[in-house]
Amino acid sequence: MTDLTSLQYTEEHEWVAVDGDVVTIGITDYAADKLGDVVYVDLPKVGTQLAAGKVVGEIESTKSVGELFAPVDGEVVEANQAVVDSPELVNSAPFGDGWLIKVRVASTPSLLSRDEYVALTGE
Amino acid sequence: MSEERLSPLDAVHRAAGASFTDFAGWQMPVRYSSDLAEHHAVRTGAGLFDLSHMAEIRLEGPGSAAALDYALAGKLSVIEIGQAKYSLLLANNGGIIDDLVVYRLGEVEYLVVANASNRAVVAAELTVRAGGFNTKVTDESDDIALIALQGPDAREILLETPGFAAVEGDFDEAVTTLKYYRAFKSTFNGLDVLVARTGYTGEDGFELYIEAGRAAELWEALATTGGDRVIPCGLASRDTLRLEAGMPLYGHELSRETFPVQAGLGRVVAVSKPDPFVGREAVERGPAADAPVLVGLRGEGRRAVRAEYQVFASDDADAAPIGIVTSGALSPTLGYPIAMAYVEPSVSHPGTELFVDLRGSRLPMSVVTLPFYSRQTHGTPAA
Repeated sequence: MTDLTSLQYTEEHEWVAVDGDVVTIGITDYAADKLGDVVYVDLPKVGTQLAAGKVVGEIESTKSVGELFAPVDGEVVEANQAVVDSPELVNSAPFGDGWLIKVRVASTPSLLSRDEYVALTGE
Repeated sequence: MSEERLSPLDAVHRAAGASFTDFAGWQMPVRYSSDLAEHHAVRTGAGLFDLSHMAEIRLEGPGSAAALDYALAGKLSVIEIGQAKYSLLLANNGGIIDDLVVYRLGEVEYLVVANASNRAVVAAELTVRAGGFNTKVTDESDDIALIALQGPDAREILLETPGFAAVEGDFDEAVTTLKYYRAFKSTFNGLDVLVARTGYTGEDGFELYIEAGRAAELWEALATTGGDRVIPCGLASRDTLRLEAGMPLYGHELSRETFPVQAGLGRVVAVSKPDPFVGREAVERGPAADAPVLVGLRGEGRRAVRAEYQVFASDDADAAPIGIVTSGALSPTLGYPIAMAYVEPSVSHPGTELFVDLRGSRLPMSVVTLPFYSRQTHGTPAA
C-alpha cells in the first residue's frame, strides 16, 4: 500500500511520487471516483517534453473525458502500457498499477502535500 | 430555480453509497459502484433502478380515450385495458414536446408517464388539450414512486418476492403470462402497485409504480429477494443500456425541433386516425426533404464519441460537417464505440462510412441500423 502522505498532489487531482530525478505520475482515487469507470487512456509517448500545466493526455470514462495535465516540466521516460491495455486499473489501483507516466525532471517538484490536497477535495 | 428534489428512496441510496447527479432538478443516483458493473448486471442478471423522478399523470373519466387521441400522436383509444403504448406529445408545428408511455388501466382510466424534465409542460398541455373532453387530468408525480427491475433474472426475482397479490386472480399467473408492454393492478403489503412489463434497457423486465411514501419497502424486498442476482443501478448505466437498445432520450435524440419521422418514429404517429390531433397538419406536411435523420453509428477501437461531436462525410480537414452526435459511448456489451447522430439524408444509408471529429482526430464510423443490441440476438439465453 502506497503511503499517500509520501506523495505530492496537484489541484488537477494528479499525484506525483518522487524517486531521485524520475517522478511517477497518476491520478488520485478522488479523481478516478469522480470520473467513473475508465475505458480509455491516452498517454504521451516516451521522449515527449512536458511543460507543467499543459494537457498531455486524456482519461476517458464511460461518462466523460478527463484531461491529464503535466504536473511538472520534464521528459517522459516511460508510459504505463498496462493501463493503456487495461484502463480499469485507474479505478482499481489509482496509486499502484494504475500509474500513468514516469517523467525525468531537472529539479524536485514542490506541489501540494497530502493534507493540503485532502483539504482541497473536502474529503 | 435551485430547488433540489429528493427521491422517496433517497435514504436507501445514501445508505448504499450511491453517487448522485442532478437530473431535471432531482438528485438521483448516477451510480452505486461502477457504471460498467451495473450495465452488465442488467444484461446478465438483474438491476434495480429508482425512476421516481419520472412524471405520472392520470386521466380519468368517460372522455379519457378521446382526449388522448386528440392530445397525443398515437391512437390510444384502441389499446386494451392493461396495455401500454409508447407515444409522443407533439407541438402544433410537429415538433416533439415529450415522448411518453401511456397505460390503459381501465375503460375510462389512463396513466401517462412522462420525462421528469417535461413534467410541468406535459401536465399543462394534457390539461389544456383535454379541456373539451369529459375527463379529469391529475398530476400524481409527487405521490408515485417508480422502481424498475430489469434483466433476464427480473421475472424470477419478482415472482419470489413476498408480499404481492394481484387485484384479480393469481399474482404469479399474472406475472408469468404478462406480455411485453402490458400491465396489471396488484398490491404489495396491501398497497396499490401497478406491475408493468416495460423498460428502457433493451432487456426483459418490470416497472413497478407504487405510493411514494412506501417505496422503500418494495425496494428492500426486491433487493433482499434478489440477493446476489441483483444490484442497484444508477442513471449512468441506464443511459448506456438504452443507447445500446437504440432508444431515444428526450433532450438528446428528441426535441421540439425534431419531427417524429426524423427520429425514426413515424410509426408512432397515427395519421390514420380520423379525427384531428395536435400536430397533425404539420406532421402530414413533414419536415423539409433534406432535414437530418437519426442514424446509428458504429466504430472500431475503444474511444467513445459523445453528444455534440460533429460528423463528417470524409476525413478531409476542410470538409463541412454533415451531422452531429446526440448520444455516444463505448458500448459496454459490444466493446466498440456506438453513437446516435443526426445526419443529412444522403449519408444515412446503412453501410455509409462517416467520420466523427474526436477532439481533433477523425474516427471512422459506419452507419448501422438500430438497435445496436437486442436480447434476441445478443442476450443471455434463458436458463
